[in-house]
Amino acid sequence: MKRTKSSATVNRRNFLSNVVVAGAAATVPVAVAEAAEPATGAAAERGSPMPPSAAQRAAEFDRKPEERAHTAQTYFASDFMVDVMKSLDIPFVFSNPGSSFRAIHESIVNYGRNKMPEFITCMHEESSAAMANGYYKASGKTAAIMCHGTVGLQHAAMGLYNAWCDRVPIMTMLGNTLDLTQRESGNAWRHSAQDPVGLVRDFVKWDDQPTTLQGFAESMVHGYKIANTPPMEPVAISMDTELQETEFDRAALRIPKYSPTILPQGEAGALRETARLLVAAERPVIIADRLVRTAAGHAALLQLAELVNAPVIDQGSRQNFPTTHYLCQTTQGRRLIAQADLVIGFEVTDFWGVVNLLGRNGKPATPTVKPGTKLITIGVNDLYMKSNYQDFQRYPAVDLSIAADGEATLPALIEAVRSALSNERKAALAARIEPFRKAHAQAYEESRQAAVFGWDASPVSTSRMCMDLWQAIKNEDWALVSVGASETFVSSWPHRLWNFDKHYQYLGYGAGGGVGYGLPAAVGAALANKALGRFSVNIQCDGDFMYANGALWTAAHHRIPLLTVMHNNRGYGAETMLVQGIANKRNRGIDTPKIGTEINDPAIDYAKLAQGMGVWSAGPITDPAQLASALKRAVEVVKRGEPALVDVVTQTR
Amino acid sequence: MNRIAILSTAILLTIAGQVSAADKGASVTRGRTLFMTSGCYHCHGTQGQGSGSATRLTPKPMPAEGIAQFIRSSGTRMPAYSADVLNDRDVADIAAYLASVLAAKSPDAIPALKDLKPTL
Repeated sequence: MKRTKSSATVNRRNFLSNVVVAGAAATVPVAVAEAAEPATGAAAERGSPMPPSAAQRAAEFDRKPEERAHTAQTYFASDFMVDVMKSLDIPFVFSNPGSSFRAIHESIVNYGRNKMPEFITCMHEESSAAMANGYYKASGKTAAIMCHGTVGLQHAAMGLYNAWCDRVPIMTMLGNTLDLTQRESGNAWRHSAQDPVGLVRDFVKWDDQPTTLQGFAESMVHGYKIANTPPMEPVAISMDTELQETEFDRAALRIPKYSPTILPQGEAGALRETARLLVAAERPVIIADRLVRTAAGHAALLQLAELVNAPVIDQGSRQNFPTTHYLCQTTQGRRLIAQADLVIGFEVTDFWGVVNLLGRNGKPATPTVKPGTKLITIGVNDLYMKSNYQDFQRYPAVDLSIAADGEATLPALIEAVRSALSNERKAALAARIEPFRKAHAQAYEESRQAAVFGWDASPVSTSRMCMDLWQAIKNEDWALVSVGASETFVSSWPHRLWNFDKHYQYLGYGAGGGVGYGLPAAVGAALANKALGRFSVNIQCDGDFMYANGALWTAAHHRIPLLTVMHNNRGYGAETMLVQGIANKRNRGIDTPKIGTEINDPAIDYAKLAQGMGVWSAGPITDPAQLASALKRAVEVVKRGEPALVDVVTQTR
Repeated sequence: MNRIAILSTAILLTIAGQVSAADKGASVTRGRTLFMTSGCYHCHGTQGQGSGSATRLTPKPMPAEGIAQFIRSSGTRMPAYSADVLNDRDVADIAAYLASVLAAKSPDAIPALKDLKPTL
């Protein structure tokens, strides 16, 4: 039951009270004296303008007499909010501080003892969202972010969109002052909105703005459930600022029991038909994209592929299939799809793009598969429910569309395949093994041979950077937690030559294509891996780094071990190529596309930047002969539990 | 100018271009500079080693005539460079630079690549 409620009258009283307090600073208790300190000579010595007046301080800090009277045992709404978060096992809240959620901030660090959730200090709300994204993909646990409902959410929007496109749940908690009579003049108004979530509603799955504390508990639990039900996505809860600060009777409040949704599995009849087609097919191909979340899912996909010896093409949004296995035929994807008589897509966002080639210059699209090839999709795309942002991709016309969670469906599909598989057919399917073994070994050897070109070049080749890195980490329990927007930016060397045989060794990329994902997502993932004893590696593009480099400070501050290797090609590489292409087509200015795409003059010293944020660093390395030793030293730093950065000046790709 | 004259001129220009591309006096240094300033290296790498986005050009590049033809009309994702922006002399110099790139080591001679095998 609510005990007290602030009012405009009380606030005016607080204001007057604080004037008196400030005026009597010399005689008040220590805590208040410290609060008044900036108004003394220290500020003047720094050449500061006028120190804040008592009224300004009162407006900013809004000290209320009754708050000072509270005992440590007094229970506030924001304490209850923390209890709700604890009930959901939300491990971390990624946030920078903000006045509209100051009360829950205080409750997290004092009432909640900064544990479950722990407050992770961020430098930007986009970083908060990206960290929660990376954290989920590494740990499988849903984290929270907190920000202002207006200015904070505007910053967070891009990070949320990346998470939306990546099917990653995030609890987005927004501060917002609903009652206009409670808003101080100025920023309190600018930081309030009638409908704060409206800004991101197109790319959060669900949202609410509860007006009571009991309503908050239900909204949080309900939102958590919705976020973690496939398709998993961010949700947003707006928290009233005044409500957070109100005193309550804990006994009158209830936290609803969280009832996780049983993940939807494919319908039995549809799976039997899929199994029948898979067993009968002569040239089946399995495509996996945002499929594997767990070790069990990783093992299940391998089991399914081995049952029928079907090649797997991993589209790379997750680490779905071991690159070391002969059925990993990702590099042969286009050829295999063209020959296929059955293509099954698991959690493939753009299945149309798998079986069609977009027409250029007014020409119609052409199929990439033979006429008569059977097409099956298994995934949650059919359960997608938004339309403005076009992440749902083009409509794929298929023979069987199974709306279900792909990973949860694998065990039942495996059983259906076992039932459909005769001993004679098993023997026949075994004949596929040797050709796939040869193709796999050949593709690997071709990549090994290709890696040597430009090996001693300066700037450092991406093959040299990636393979020296591999040598440095291969004996650790490693995870490549980020390569920014795309692994193609380093010519996909890791997946061509590293041994990815565990589900956590790669977490995909910034799914929305929003720049600024790489570093904070890596920090979030590394935070998860710290607890799991894994060694986190981040290949960091320079352009992406400059969007959110404050995440390095977060890694240093929270002692998050993470090895960041800068792919410092001193430019926005992809865009350089695109503008060059247009300039050539138009027959003009072929030496000018670097304008606006180059990050040079001055070249950024990322090692110094890292040092400035308390991160061990080496570089810039332009001589490839110096790279291996720098990486070795960096690995030792990370193994001590700290972040490290090695700045490598690289070829474009 | 009649059509025959135009055709003859075109043939002569084409031959001249091919001769130029194969010119022994082509400048490796100038070719390298052009390779870096004309956008080639972004996709092909500073030594023409190729990337995930573009074909490897070196070592042992195709003959200069072939390079010239490819630059003028690649038929691939690479947009063509016309003679207005990269003349035949430029193309010949670029071809000379690519021809100057030395052969790469064997992967077996590089510790980071030697004995590298997927653990099947």
